[in-house]
Amino acid sequence: MKTWKRVAFGLGFTLLLVLCWHVAVALNPTSLIPGPWAVVLGIWELLEKGLLLKYVVASLFRVTWGYSLAIILGIPFGLFLGSYRRAELVCNPFLQVLRPISPLAWIPIAILWWGVGDGSAIFLIFLASFFPITITAMNAVRNVQVVHIQAGRNFGLSERELLQQIIYPSVVPQLLTGMRITLGIAWLVVVAAEMIAVNSGLGFLIVDARNAGNRYDLVIAGMAMIGFIGLILDSLVQSLERKVS
Amino acid sequence: MSAIQMHSAAAARQVATKLVVENVCMTFGRNGRAVNVLEDISLTVREGEFLCLLGPSGCGKSTLLNIVAGFIKQTSGSVLVDGQQVTKPDPRRIFVFQERGVFPWLTVEGNIGFGLRHLSREDREQRVAYYVNLVGLQGFEKAYPHELSGGMKQRVEVARAFAVDPDVLFLDEPFGALDSITRLQLRRELLRIWETEKKTILFVTHDIDESVQLADRVVVMSARPARLQRLVEIDIPHPRDISSHQYLSFRDSIFDQLGLAHKV
Amino acid sequence: MKRAEPYLYPLAATIAVLAIWHAAVVWSGTRVFPAPKDVLMGMNELLQKGLMLSYIGDSLRRVSAGYIMAVGTGIPLGLAIGWFPPLAAMINPVIQMLRPISPLAWTPLAVIWFGVSEAAPIFLIYLSALFTITVATAAGVRGVPGMYWQAGRNFGLSSAGVLFRILLPSTMPQMIVGLRVALGVAWIVVVAAEMIAVNSGLGYLIIDSRNAGKRYDLVVAGMLLIGTIGLCLDIAFRRLEKLRNIRWGFQNE
Repeated sequence: MKTWKRVAFGLGFTLLLVLCWHVAVALNPTSLIPGPWAVVLGIWELLEKGLLLKYVVASLFRVTWGYSLAIILGIPFGLFLGSYRRAELVCNPFLQVLRPISPLAWIPIAILWWGVGDGSAIFLIFLASFFPITITAMNAVRNVQVVHIQAGRNFGLSERELLQQIIYPSVVPQLLTGMRITLGIAWLVVVAAEMIAVNSGLGFLIVDARNAGNRYDLVIAGMAMIGFIGLILDSLVQSLERKVS
Repeated sequence: MSAIQMHSAAAARQVATKLVVENVCMTFGRNGRAVNVLEDISLTVREGEFLCLLGPSGCGKSTLLNIVAGFIKQTSGSVLVDGQQVTKPDPRRIFVFQERGVFPWLTVEGNIGFGLRHLSREDREQRVAYYVNLVGLQGFEKAYPHELSGGMKQRVEVARAFAVDPDVLFLDEPFGALDSITRLQLRRELLRIWETEKKTILFVTHDIDESVQLADRVVVMSARPARLQRLVEIDIPHPRDISSHQYLSFRDSIFDQLGLAHKV
Repeated sequence: MKRAEPYLYPLAATIAVLAIWHAAVVWSGTRVFPAPKDVLMGMNELLQKGLMLSYIGDSLRRVSAGYIMAVGTGIPLGLAIGWFPPLAAMINPVIQMLRPISPLAWTPLAVIWFGVSEAAPIFLIYLSALFTITVATAAGVRGVPGMYWQAGRNFGLSSAGVLFRILLPSTMPQMIVGLRVALGVAWIVVVAAEMIAVNSGLGYLIIDSRNAGKRYDLVVAGMLLIGTIGLCLDIAFRRLEKLRNIRWGFQNE
C-alpha cells in the first residue's frame, strides 16, 4: 500500500476517534472525563508549571538506570547461559519461577531494602528488564546456526575468533530486538512503579492528579505523554536496529 | 489467430485445441520504471498435450504460467481456454507449486481431499485412496507434511491436483527443489499418471533434459523480455531412452538453440 | 551420570540457594526478612486459614475473565487487521500509541467507568492481553505464504472457505504463541491490578501482608505462589504447542 495512503488512513481514523471522544464528552457534561481539548490545555498547564519536564525527566532517569543495569548484567549473563548447558541447567529453574512474578510484587522487598524512593523504582525496573533480556540473550546463542559454527571451525577459527566472527554477528540482531521489547517493558513498569512506590514521575502524576482533586484532564494528559514518549523510545531503538542490520 | 508453425507428423493429427494464448504482453512497473517481462507471446496448446516451457531462470516463463492460470492479469493480449477468456483461477485448471504449496496443517489425506468437499464422504474417501495409491504414498495417509521428504510432499501436491479431475494442469518447476534421482523417479510417475488420466499439462522448467524427457512439444523461450524463440516437437514415443540417438539429437538441438556449449 | 544432569544440577542449585538464603538471614540478624523455613510456615498458615486457595481462585478468576474476553475480541480483530491493509493502516497507529501506556495507568479511567469493583482490574487485564493477541495474530496472517491463498482461490474456495480452511489453520501456530505470551502478561497485570484496586487475590495478599504487620514471610510466600502458578500456566500452554496438528508450525525448516 502506498505510503501516503497509509498515512492518510491512519491520520484520518485517529482524528475520527478524537472527534468521537469530543462528541461523547460534549453529550455527557456531567461525566468526570474531559474532552480532547481539555487534555491539550492540561498538557500546556503542566508545561507552564515546569512539572511536565520535571516528571518526564524523573521517569526517564529511573528507566535509564534500571534498564542500563539490566542490559549490562543481563546480556553477558544470558550469553553465558546460552553457551554453557550446565550453567543453564543451574540457573533456568530460578529464571522460570521468578519471571512470571510481576515486578510490582517485589515492592515490599524493594522498600525494605531501599526505602521509598528512586532506589526502589530503579530496582523494580531492573528486575522487570533483567529477566526478558537474559532469556533473549540465552535463546539468541542457542539459535546460532550449527552450520555456521561448523564452517567457522572448519576455517580454523579459535574459540575466541569463533565468538567474535560467528556468534556475535548472529546474535546481535536478536539482541537488538530483545532490547527494544525490554525497553518497552521497562517503560510500562516505571509508570506502574511510580503509581505505587514513589512521589514523582509520570506515574505519580496520574495518581496524584486524581487524588488531589479529580483532575482527570491531567490524568489523560499524563497518559498521552506516557504513550508518546514510549513510542519515541521504541522508534529510536528501531532505527538503531535498522542501522545495524 | 496466430500460432507458431511447427512441422511434424503430429501437425497432421486433428486434435482439439484446449488453450490459446494470443499476443500476450506483460509489463511490470518497478521503482517507477516499466519492465517488459513478456513480449507478444502466442501459443496454441492441444488437448491432452504435454507442453514444456523451457528457458533460463527469470525469463518470465513462470509469469506466463501464472497469467494462463488466471492468477495475474496480463497487460495486453488474451488467454482462451475452450474458447472462453481466462480472468481468474478455476478448479478446472489446477496449479502445482513446488512442494511448499502443500498445506502443512493437513495430513496427506486431508491435502489430497482438499478440493473434494462437494463429494459424499464415501466418494471422497474412495477418490483419495485411489490417488494415494497412484502416487505411491500408501501407508502415509495420516502423516503430516513436516514428517515427509521433499519428494513425498511433491507427490502429495500432484495427487491433490489430479484428484479434482481438472482439464488442465500447470506445473511450475515442481521438481526444482529435489535431488536428481528423485527427480527422475517423479518424472516417470508424472508421465505414468498423465498417460492414465490424459490431461493437458503445461510444465515450466529450466532443465533441458527434463523438457526433452517429458514433453510432446518444447517451447524454448528467450531471456527477458521473454519471447518464444522456437517450438520443438518431440515425437519420440514414451518411454524415452535417454541414451538413444534420437533423444540426444533433440537435446543437442535445444542446446544449440540456447547457444550453450556441449562441454563442461 | 550425564542423563541425570538435567535433574541433578537444578536440584543441587536449589538446595545451594536455599542454604545461602538461610545463612544470609541468620548472619545478617534481620528481624524482618524471612528465612526459607519462615516462608514455608507462612504458606502453611495461609493454607490453614483457607486464604491460599481463595486468593489463588480470585486471581485466576479475574485473569480468566479478562483473558477470555481479550481472546474473543483480539483474534477476530487481529485476523481482520492482517487481512485488510486499509484496516491495518487505520488501526495500527492507535495500537502503537496506546500500547506503551502501562495498563495500570488506565486505573483512574477504569474506576470511572466500572466503579470500584471486580470489573476494573478485569478491564486492565483485558487491555493488556488484547494488544498482545491482536498484534501477534495480525503478524501471523501477514506471514502466511502467498502460495496458500493462491491455492485456495485455485480450488474455487468461497470467502468463508478461505477463512476457515486456509486463514485460520495457517495462522494457528503464531496465534498460539501470541496467546501464550498474552496469558503471561495477563498474569503479571492481575497481580499488579490487585495491589491497587481490590481487596482479594495474590497481589492484594502481598501488599496487605506488608501493610498490616510487616509479614514478610507471607510476602515472599505470595511471590513464590505467583511465580509457580505463572510457570504452570506457561508450561500448560507449551504442551498445547506440541499437539501434533499444531506442531508443524514450530518445525525449523
